[in-house]
Amino acid sequence: MTNDNIAVRCKNLVKTFDTGEQKVYALRNIDLNVPTGELMMLVGPSGCGKTTLISVIAGILDQDSGSCELFGQDMQKLNTSQRNRFRAQNIGFVFQAYNLLPTLNLAENVSIPLIINGVARKQATKTAADALEQVGLGDRVRNLPSQLSGGQQQRVAIARALVHNPRLIVCDEPTSALDHETGHHIMEILKKTAVHKDRAMIIVTHDARIFEFADCIASMDDGIVQNVTQSVDTH
Amino acid sequence: MNYIALKMLMGNTGKYLGIIMGLTFASLIMTQQPAIFVGLMARTFSFISDVGQPEIWVMDPKVQFVDDIKPMQDTELYRVRGVAGVEWALPLYKGMLKVRLADGTFQNCIVVGLDDATLMGGPPTMLQGNLVDLRQSDGVIVDEDGAKEKLSKPPVNPGDKPTPIKVGDTLELNDRRAVIVGIAKVTRTFQAQPVIYTTYSRAMSYAPRERKLLTFVIVKGKVGEDPAVLSKRIHDATGLSAYTTDEFKTLTYNYFMKNTGIPINFGMSVMLGFIVGAAIAGQTFYSFTMENIRQFGVLKAMGTGNGTLLRMILLQAALVGIIGYGLGVGLTSLFGYSMRNTILAFKFPWQLLLFSGAGITLICMFAALLSIRKVIKLEAAIVFRS
Repeated sequence: MTNDNIAVRCKNLVKTFDTGEQKVYALRNIDLNVPTGELMMLVGPSGCGKTTLISVIAGILDQDSGSCELFGQDMQKLNTSQRNRFRAQNIGFVFQAYNLLPTLNLAENVSIPLIINGVARKQATKTAADALEQVGLGDRVRNLPSQLSGGQQQRVAIARALVHNPRLIVCDEPTSALDHETGHHIMEILKKTAVHKDRAMIIVTHDARIFEFADCIASMDDGIVQNVTQSVDTH
Repeated sequence: MNYIALKMLMGNTGKYLGIIMGLTFASLIMTQQPAIFVGLMARTFSFISDVGQPEIWVMDPKVQFVDDIKPMQDTELYRVRGVAGVEWALPLYKGMLKVRLADGTFQNCIVVGLDDATLMGGPPTMLQGNLVDLRQSDGVIVDEDGAKEKLSKPPVNPGDKPTPIKVGDTLELNDRRAVIVGIAKVTRTFQAQPVIYTTYSRAMSYAPRERKLLTFVIVKGKVGEDPAVLSKRIHDATGLSAYTTDEFKTLTYNYFMKNTGIPINFGMSVMLGFIVGAAIAGQTFYSFTMENIRQFGVLKAMGTGNGTLLRMILLQAALVGIIGYGLGVGLTSLFGYSMRNTILAFKFPWQLLLFSGAGITLICMFAALLSIRKVIKLEAAIVFRS
């Protein structure tokens, strides 16, 4: 693995939370590399630090010590506005609870990352409609999220994560709110549309049914990455 | 992002209407109550406004406002006429006299006695008859509202409306006969008493016998004469109080402001409207933001800066503010229009628009600040919580 194909490089990453009387270690000296062109799954029991790790990787949380570079850029060295811009351009998010804006229609929801990046609304809506087409919702662009099933809403979230062509996709439990069949379908869409040789994807999950989609699996426990295993892609 | 902010706001119809209703209510109270107050206060000097021609009013030095009648000796008129710069000076009687009505009851009326020769100081608009008809024997002119309401004749049949008095009818003023020769439109007075115009000499005969009966001397300065300078000259020469028309209005207005509870009562209403409006709008807007806090977190996670989120919230606050303000002002205007021919005092000057606009801006800023504080402090990591 060369430096060129490393999307995320975490070194000695430490993150603690102050709960008043004591410090809780969420991440303990994490060393992790995420290569481009691969789908990495972060797995482990609840409270093991998976979500904290992707929050630090995405520049949403600051680590206490250690470094975390995203495509060679240490986000902690950027000021707030530079970091916002970097995140807007380079990261796409898929959340467990979809987090679609309920009062915006699908095209408007998907166009948000483009608008944040300064694309004109008309053009952004057109591009968003194309992205929705890719996830099989091209005929629902004017619908509201409440008119869709959970699986369809997650497909909208995927379209939103991909629409601005980011270099890292961060997914937090994308299938845990879905039944097996729908979850499988969502993963197929993610695998088909999101994985790209210039892009990395991190999925936080403890849904063992989707492990088969991973290129590599990083197992975490108690704030430590226990091991990283390569997986054989059957898809 | 402005479009997204507006869609977020308007998409939640219940909250959106709730915020607008709060602001409409605040705007309504902050315009309607002061408009009534301004209308009421304008009535305190309506008599001065209606007597349009004189530039200067001369009166006893102890007079505190237009209805505070402290008569002077008739000879004061000649002293005023003797002051340099006076073009003309005329007597004006103003007194409160009792009129005996057809049913035997009495009604207090404002009787205005005009200079017999010139009839200067008469009503601003004649609806029936002419001002010169006052020269007819026992002639008086009655104001329209008085003729229709307080001086009207009892209904012929019980339950019917009273019959307005009309030209040709007679009144009994202090045991003396008065014949109505005209109906005039005058601005309602503060005490809403009927106004009866007659000549100065006839007013003297209606008024109870007193040594002094001259209420005011109304003065017009010569061309080029500054009324303020002339009034001071009159005061210096005669020892009487002499005010320009505007000064006399201000004197009257200030008297009511200082010596009645009216400003406090209306001020409390306005303050209450402001507080209730701020509470409703602030609380609803804040709860709207809290409902959308996760959406703001999503936008933040996606790279939206605090500055943009701040602008979004300010835009939302500005929109509901403008709509609420517009509706409130519109309702106040509608209220004023529908009450235009009633006894209710109502005046809606442009200054009130500015005042209420500033009030609504304050409420919106307060509501927005509550939300902005929450959103700025929001950690984007909230989006990863299920």
